[in-house]
Amino acid sequence: MTAQILGAIAAVITFVFVFSLLRRGVLREKYAVLWLFFSAATLFFALVPSALVWISRTIGVAEPVNLLFFATVVLLILVAIQLSYELSRHEARIRRLAEEVALAQRQIQELRDTDGSE
Amino acid sequence: MSASGVLIAIPAWNESESIVSVIDKVRGHQPSASILVVNDGSTDNTAALAEGAGAKVVSLPFNVGVGGAMRTAFLYAKRHGYGAVVQVDADGQHDPADLDRLIYGLDQADIVVGTRFHEHSMYFVGGPRRWAMVLLSKALSWMNKRPISDPTSGFRSAGPRAIELFAVEYPADYLGDTVGSLAIAIRNGLVVREEPVTMYFRQTGRPSKNAVWSALYLGRATLAIIATGLKGGYIPKGDLS
Repeated sequence: MTAQILGAIAAVITFVFVFSLLRRGVLREKYAVLWLFFSAATLFFALVPSALVWISRTIGVAEPVNLLFFATVVLLILVAIQLSYELSRHEARIRRLAEEVALAQRQIQELRDTDGSE
Repeated sequence: MSASGVLIAIPAWNESESIVSVIDKVRGHQPSASILVVNDGSTDNTAALAEGAGAKVVSLPFNVGVGGAMRTAFLYAKRHGYGAVVQVDADGQHDPADLDRLIYGLDQADIVVGTRFHEHSMYFVGGPRRWAMVLLSKALSWMNKRPISDPTSGFRSAGPRAIELFAVEYPADYLGDTVGSLAIAIRNGLVVREEPVTMYFRQTGRPSKNAVWSALYLGRATLAIIATGLKGGYIPKGDLS
């Protein structure tokens, strides 16, 4: 019972926190949706533990809590990989921008030099 | 601008001690070539010294590594219509007397890599670093169907087709600027050849060569081969100019 209450509280706190970040425009929708979905699912299983028990039985997992842990770990790993992917893409873009900035600065300087004015 | 001219590209990161003498020596051997120093986020006065020595200077806002510096140089070459780009290190370990050989080698190749390993070479490396180099060399020579004995050499030249490719794709990862770029070139059907060059040992900033460092180097080199081996054929898309 205590675990259920803790789970529900954690889910509600996460939901409210993510929602406020979204509202203030700090977090983008595509990430917010993910975490809102996670907290909603957590809240659901905290309030309706029989649903977890039913799923475990259906797919043949003896301990429902093990299914919960397994699913959580898999989802978090997927999120971490996705973030690494996004980070790599952004590093590539920042690098390209740095190169373009450097070349643009050089061009400005060359134009100034041929113009003869400071 | 200077149609089919030669651009000597010198990536430089905090090389104030050697940059002026490198520029002077390069100009002494190649008076008609343009010299472009790509200042890779130096915190010292490398850029000012290079400008004072008469080189064109492009300054990156922060350090992006040799790969980023070289892609900047290739973009510059492409947009200004240069027909050849030669990469020369700013620390003075490359001998500008070999520049002619790298430039004329482009008549029969898209990329000419200056190799340190030949019968008259004074260059020697040992231990795990040597094994890594042999491994990289074997893998790339097999891909290339022509020997590349020194794939980590940063003393190399690139012709028009290579400039076109490298202006779009030039990896900045560890070993990417040397081994990775050659793998990309080979996969895109460019002709890669090698020429023997003289290479001096670096005077400053030499990394410590302990066992852990060597093992790390070998590990990362192996990873780099696997990564480039798995990478699909890259066809540059879009025109950035």
